[in-house]
Amino acid sequence: MKNLNNIIPDDDGGGRRIIGLSLGAFAMFFLLLSRLWYLQVISAEDLIDQSESNRLRFVPVAAPRGAILDRNGKVLVSNTPSFSVAVIPQDVKNKDQLIDNLARYLNLDRKEIETKWTKGQGRAKYYPLVVASGITRDQMEFLEENRLALSGVNIEMKPIRAYANGSLASHLLGYLGEVSEDELNSERYREYNAGDYIGKSGIERAWESYLHGTDGGRQIEVDARGRFLRTVAETGSSVGNTVMLTIDLDLQKAAEQALGDQAGAAVAMDVNTGEILAFVSSPDFDPALFTGRMPPDVWKKYLEDERHPLENKALKGMYPPGSTFKVITAIAGLEEGLIDEHTTVQCTGSYKFGNATFRCWDHKGHGTVDLKKSLRESCDVYYYKLAERLGVNRIAKYAKAFGLGAPLGIGLENEKGGVIPTEEWKLKRFGKKWYAGETLPVGIGQGYVLTTPVQLASMIGTIANEGTIYRPHLVKRVVDSDGKVLQDYTPQVIGKTGLKPSTYRFVKEGLFAVVNEAHGTGGMSRLWEVKVAGKTGSSQVVKLRDSKGGIPYRFRDHALFVGFAPFEKPEVAVAVIVEHGEHGGSAAAPISGKILRAYFEGKGVIKKPVPKASVKEEAGGDGVAEPDTGAKEE
Amino acid sequence: MFDRRLFTNFDWTLLGVVLLITAFGVINIYSASSSYRDIGTPYYIKQLYWIFAGLLLSLTVCSLDYHMLEDFAYWLYGGVVILLLLVLVAGKTTMGATRWISFGFFNMQPSEPMKIVIIMTFARFFSRYPVFKGLTLKELVYPLLLLGVPAALIMKQPDLGTAILVSLIAGTMLLFVGVRWSALGSLFAAAVPVVVVAWQFLLHDYQKKRVYNFLNPDLDPLGSGYHIIQSKIAVGSGATLGKGFMQGTQSQLRFLPEQHTDFAFSVFAEEWGFIGCLLMLALYLFLILWGLGIAKRCNDRFGSLLAVGVTAMLFWHIVINMGMVIGLMPVVGVPLPFFSYGGTSMVTSMVGVGILLNISMRRFMF
Repeated sequence: MKNLNNIIPDDDGGGRRIIGLSLGAFAMFFLLLSRLWYLQVISAEDLIDQSESNRLRFVPVAAPRGAILDRNGKVLVSNTPSFSVAVIPQDVKNKDQLIDNLARYLNLDRKEIETKWTKGQGRAKYYPLVVASGITRDQMEFLEENRLALSGVNIEMKPIRAYANGSLASHLLGYLGEVSEDELNSERYREYNAGDYIGKSGIERAWESYLHGTDGGRQIEVDARGRFLRTVAETGSSVGNTVMLTIDLDLQKAAEQALGDQAGAAVAMDVNTGEILAFVSSPDFDPALFTGRMPPDVWKKYLEDERHPLENKALKGMYPPGSTFKVITAIAGLEEGLIDEHTTVQCTGSYKFGNATFRCWDHKGHGTVDLKKSLRESCDVYYYKLAERLGVNRIAKYAKAFGLGAPLGIGLENEKGGVIPTEEWKLKRFGKKWYAGETLPVGIGQGYVLTTPVQLASMIGTIANEGTIYRPHLVKRVVDSDGKVLQDYTPQVIGKTGLKPSTYRFVKEGLFAVVNEAHGTGGMSRLWEVKVAGKTGSSQVVKLRDSKGGIPYRFRDHALFVGFAPFEKPEVAVAVIVEHGEHGGSAAAPISGKILRAYFEGKGVIKKPVPKASVKEEAGGDGVAEPDTGAKEE
Repeated sequence: MFDRRLFTNFDWTLLGVVLLITAFGVINIYSASSSYRDIGTPYYIKQLYWIFAGLLLSLTVCSLDYHMLEDFAYWLYGGVVILLLLVLVAGKTTMGATRWISFGFFNMQPSEPMKIVIIMTFARFFSRYPVFKGLTLKELVYPLLLLGVPAALIMKQPDLGTAILVSLIAGTMLLFVGVRWSALGSLFAAAVPVVVVAWQFLLHDYQKKRVYNFLNPDLDPLGSGYHIIQSKIAVGSGATLGKGFMQGTQSQLRFLPEQHTDFAFSVFAEEWGFIGCLLMLALYLFLILWGLGIAKRCNDRFGSLLAVGVTAMLFWHIVINMGMVIGLMPVVGVPLPFFSYGGTSMVTSMVGVGILLNISMRRFMF
């Protein structure tokens, strides 16, 4: 056989090479084994983690937000269950048919559902995609009955905001909205997920971290395609903390009613603590509309309204304080020793400065005017002359001592600081030097001077308590769901004016006269049961020359009133501004009177509605500077 | 014609080890494919059919005296090379590669039998070639031509994995025959430009991408680096004792690609842990050493060369597959012999085992 010939003697024996190959095989297998040791023993922990994060996903469950209460524990904002329709894409058999059915059952536009569907396509297949929220109970029951035709549809219950008093205090409470892309990227919302609802304004935004609660969630297992398999673990959500405001619901209601449908703001403050008791900005809006589907026409209406219903006027509205600022000018004069209570000035109805003429609101003139009369009748000439002697920087010194010109730190976002002009300020702002003629309007709260209603309330409150500036605040305390107090906001003194007691006495006597004496401009805020003191103001929006009658709404003067009560032992301060209300005495003072009445009714000091105070003292006329020159030009 | 000695000398150990590995393989395929939607016969049942068919083929191969192969070797070689040429001309294209040839009633992939045929061809070539102190460079020309023609054709399909395997098998056989150091040195020197040229002109983009991804899988963790990363996670998270049968999250939740075929071992590693892997490595190492032992005990050179070739074929499949699964090598579609699901691989491996059994039981006949 041929086979036998095949046996050729090896040159150096195959045996040795077999051993070589065996060693090679050993080496290779040892390499494999070492690698397995490295992966399965040394790196095991890390790779186990990686395999876990591969398969486990976290689906957050939003916590119910905490409630917002008034100072007496009355509910302002709480939660109510809202039903929404969600689709779980992985369970849907026939997408088109399902959308058709949903559109029919819910009476929705097919396109709207489709848009939401497409928007959520990037997400995992197990993630519920909300296609309609805020459905009615009837709709929900109807869907439940037709479950079979709706495979893949889930009806989810989630708590949404319920506003016990509708649009009451809407600017203060704020509204909710979905967290935005930018917010998600910021440090403040680091812990949030897309789709979360957060406070977008007011208390809801500023106290977000307390109100939000701790979201719960389900840990679910998914496969490589992201399809839900089972729930591995579940953690419950815990409700947010309750925020108790300093606001008094009844007073707030009364203040809003008093302001009615006029545009403006009203702030009532406890003069001995800085607690804000009422905080009104008008017109208001309906915060509930922001949580659900905002009808586009409503949104448009809000944005286009020239009275800016979305703007928080009490905090962010900057208005010239007008004659209410004369209090500051008077204080500056007394403190600087330029006047005393007996100093008199002759008012002829105007004052000539250089070649400019500054007019008093009463063109007939006030005759001989002392401090008390200057306040009572709001004589402009008295303050033109005083301002001229003081100079703008000295006026600013006292204005700032009362907390004007800078935010008070009320705790809400974007609080405005207003403007208290000085020579340096003008140089910095406009690059121009200050003209002496510009000082005169400052003396009556015009010109460059701008203040917010909150600042005015604080200012008059500081006069009422004779020198202590409390930080105006809106929140009394934060309480958790077990009733434990997490944060107590005690009164905080942020400044002392440090003035002579006599200064307060003389100014307060003037303010009392404004409301209670004949020829006082603030008579319409008078109460019979409690002594009220205050100051009216009208602030110019644009300079108009002798325009009588038909002034367009947006050019009319703003009407202001600041006041406090009781005169002897002050408790509450009020600042009211009625946009384009024209005269402080007729437009703002009565509102203030109603607010103060409501306050004392609440205290039991005033028993019940008594016949309306029929005082009609020269209301209406108030100091508006109408200089004939360009002295006020900016 | 059946000698009684053939039965008494039958290599039960070899068959036993192979059957043990296939048994583990079937169990593992059961687990790996349990998450699949059931369409038709389950994979583990089909694998059982293939094992049965493979065993029949294997026993057929070992019933005929392997010395007959020596006469057919070149004819088989010529035939398969022609088939490879046919593939290039008239092959079926699936997934961008042309590897199959259709004969109407059945399809075949000629690159697969080439693995066995190259072994026979080299065994035939060297069985009558006297070698003293190793092959010189000149003497390597013919064998390298014999290897180069089919390897280039397979590479052209393109099927880099098989081309490399065929070359590695042939190379191992050359080392067994003996190659002079000078010749080896020259070959390496020549290999460098060849690799550079191949990289530039012969390798396809997807093949280059695999190499890149192997070198740095994090470059594209969701794309082509995905396989390596997921497989490493599966293997490593199995830790020492494994997650348990049917409990592998990476496999049951389908994070692994090709988990019943090329990545079957990572399913096993995840569920049985380091201990299981140690057992499998031991079984495979035993198989390889046993194959080399058959080569050593064989009295004729053709038989020895055949045995070394077949063992090399199994060895390189094992090393490349495991190396890929545990991230030591780039992803190439090489199955794990007797373990991965697949008829082609099972048939080739079983034919190889048939050849080994054949040689083993005839060692006393001369």
